[in-house]
Amino acid sequence: MKQVFGYPESLQTRPNHYCPGCTHGIIHRLVAEAIDELQVREKAIAVAPVGCAVLAYNYFNCDAQQAAHGRAPAVATGIKRALPDRIVFTYQGDGDLASIGMAEIVHAANRGENITVIFVNNAIYGMTGGQMAPTTLPGQKTTTSPYGRDTATTGYPIQVCEMLSTLKAPAFIARVSVHDPKNVLKAKEAIKKAFEYQVNGKGFTLVEVLSTCPTNWGMTPVEALKWLENNMIPAFPLGTFRSLEEVSK
Amino acid sequence: MAERIMMKGNEAFAEGAIKAGCHFFFGYPITPQNEIPEYMSRRMPEVGGTFIQAESEVSAINMVYGAGGAGARAMTSSSSPGVSLKQEGISYIAAAEVPCVIVNVARGGPGLGGLTPSQADYFQAVKGGGHGDYHMVVFAPASVQEIIDLMYEAFVTADKYRTPVMVLADGLLGQMMEPVVLRDWEDLQIPEKPWATTGMVSGKPQSVINSLGLAPEELENLNLRLQKKYRTIEENGVRYEEDGVEDAELIIVAYGTSARVSKSAIAKARAEGKKVGLFRPITLWPFPSKRLAELAEAGKRFMAVEMSAGQMIEDVKLAVNGKTEVEFYGRYNGAIPSVTEVYQAIIKSFDNREVQK
Amino acid sequence: MTLEAIFAGFGGQGVMLIGQLLAYAGMYEGKQVSWFPSYGPEMRGGTANCSVVVSDEPVGSPVISEPNLLVAMNRPSLEKFEPMVKSGGMLFYNSSLIHITPKRTDIEVIPIPANDIAAELGNAKVANMVVMGAILKKTGIVDLETVISVLKKTMTGNKAKLIALNQQALEKGMELVG
Repeated sequence: MKQVFGYPESLQTRPNHYCPGCTHGIIHRLVAEAIDELQVREKAIAVAPVGCAVLAYNYFNCDAQQAAHGRAPAVATGIKRALPDRIVFTYQGDGDLASIGMAEIVHAANRGENITVIFVNNAIYGMTGGQMAPTTLPGQKTTTSPYGRDTATTGYPIQVCEMLSTLKAPAFIARVSVHDPKNVLKAKEAIKKAFEYQVNGKGFTLVEVLSTCPTNWGMTPVEALKWLENNMIPAFPLGTFRSLEEVSK
Repeated sequence: MAERIMMKGNEAFAEGAIKAGCHFFFGYPITPQNEIPEYMSRRMPEVGGTFIQAESEVSAINMVYGAGGAGARAMTSSSSPGVSLKQEGISYIAAAEVPCVIVNVARGGPGLGGLTPSQADYFQAVKGGGHGDYHMVVFAPASVQEIIDLMYEAFVTADKYRTPVMVLADGLLGQMMEPVVLRDWEDLQIPEKPWATTGMVSGKPQSVINSLGLAPEELENLNLRLQKKYRTIEENGVRYEEDGVEDAELIIVAYGTSARVSKSAIAKARAEGKKVGLFRPITLWPFPSKRLAELAEAGKRFMAVEMSAGQMIEDVKLAVNGKTEVEFYGRYNGAIPSVTEVYQAIIKSFDNREVQK
Repeated sequence: MTLEAIFAGFGGQGVMLIGQLLAYAGMYEGKQVSWFPSYGPEMRGGTANCSVVVSDEPVGSPVISEPNLLVAMNRPSLEKFEPMVKSGGMLFYNSSLIHITPKRTDIEVIPIPANDIAAELGNAKVANMVVMGAILKKTGIVDLETVISVLKKTMTGNKAKLIALNQQALEKGMELVG
């Protein structure tokens, strides 16, 4: 019988622990497909964050190091410098990357480290139970912003792609979403491109993926996808913010 | 004899590391260790290595974690406040069993403290510093030559036991110059590291560098394994130096700079017939407790001399276990005890003894 | 013998340098040596000092509490370190810039008009070498030839043309206490 669908080789065949309706599973798959298609699985080394994806090393079928909260870009820097011909990527959430790890991501980007960063933005701290994130939307209720995020005292959602695009060194920066099949395909394209850049030694690449957290948002998976589309995309516009090819045009 | 060259302690940390096969250095500027990153930034390109001035001490230690996990000999260096920042990373590294070397050229604290030499980071180095039940092997050099030699020992020990190793010195050792002989180590074979994250090339099973153990039994097993390793290191890894302890009534216990000062003070007291010797721990963890216990059994008295309010003395007291007296002489954070002061403390100890008799 | 020396002066007077020069020369003569500088903010201007030990025995403390030789190139250094000199020790002071007289009578006090002699030689920067010459002559701790060979090793390129001037300054200093 002909197999028409299965696990990418870069994913381990074990059930994941993510909540029902969470889009981490989709994003894991897209990363794994990109690695498969570029035929770099044996050379791939993942850096897992602290957050919901802390166990990413159980899902990606490649070598992995688990980093302290926010430090994944520094760990990835160490790995990549030691093994420049390997394909090194981090997989980080919004609390990890844009709050506690802001210094690490900015400086890895600014050094132009030849690594790929998958930045999953779901506007909330998932693992710790739904606290306010640096990307939480104005007015959004979380367990630490029970009256809704008050911009007067907590500021505004941080737009990571826009911010990092002010730097000269990064090679590719894009924001994508996985709320519908069309966008999933676009997300795949961006993720593959980022890895391709790394394979070709072009420098720092980051793909921000807008993602849902039905559990901590208090919604059904379908409601969550709708909420992402209606609320997150206006706050975090999709698109390519930096692409060396376009710059050179 | 091989040629002697003059070298600053900080340069010796750097060159000693390179001679030991370390090709990855990640650091951040802080006085009084700046000559280490400066030297590395110059030397690493010459040996095909990597130097990164990290954005912070936090990042530097995590770069070490990454490079060490990928199988490289990697190090970072800093001074007290910067080493405090590295503690999170050190705890992870100890738990994930990543070999690496951390140099602390300590200065006075607490807080921002000062720039002058200090030994007040003893507790931080040997009792943990970061969270959880872990140890680092801690070497304490007392001369520039010993810095060179112990940097090699540090990398070998780190690889042998898959553990972080600290080389703990102070600003004086970092800043002073002494003649050294540079050696090319014969057995500079970096051991195979099948556990390293080098990629699943040619069917190599997945390597995961990790410190997470969500299941209680999984975490306990990690800790049991670590503790077993620590017992092995305690059994095999203790290093110390003795000078004139056989006939001594009083033994000065001191490491690093304090040991150097004490040595001169002891010579002065010996010249006046005082039976005093020097016991210098070279490893602060594992601490040479067994030998100190033997000396206590033989009736020797002790005096810990430290550039702190008294930290190592706790380990001396634990080793002596109440059998004999343990005195203390120290200058706090930032002040170096003078030869005269230590000499006077020795004389006073003998005088008090006379009065008691 | 063990020489335990403190060299002190303003930043820029070259006290660190002659301290190092002595340590290097000691090393090349097969002796045990150490050099320890004051460091930190004080080296950004203000006073500087270093401790040098030259000995036939392994060096104990590189920090010196009772120097048997003190070089004071300016008044604050004299005032700070004079009381520490070991009885019977030597004190060289720069009498061109220090217009007070050392108080100690239990040590040998040697005034050196270092800046005046350096000016006569045409370069104020070699005042330190004049003092160094006097130390060599008085203590015999290392040979002049060794010191000159260190200068030749370290002063290369553009600086090489200054070796002769430094040698002159060293010799002047030796004559002064001869």
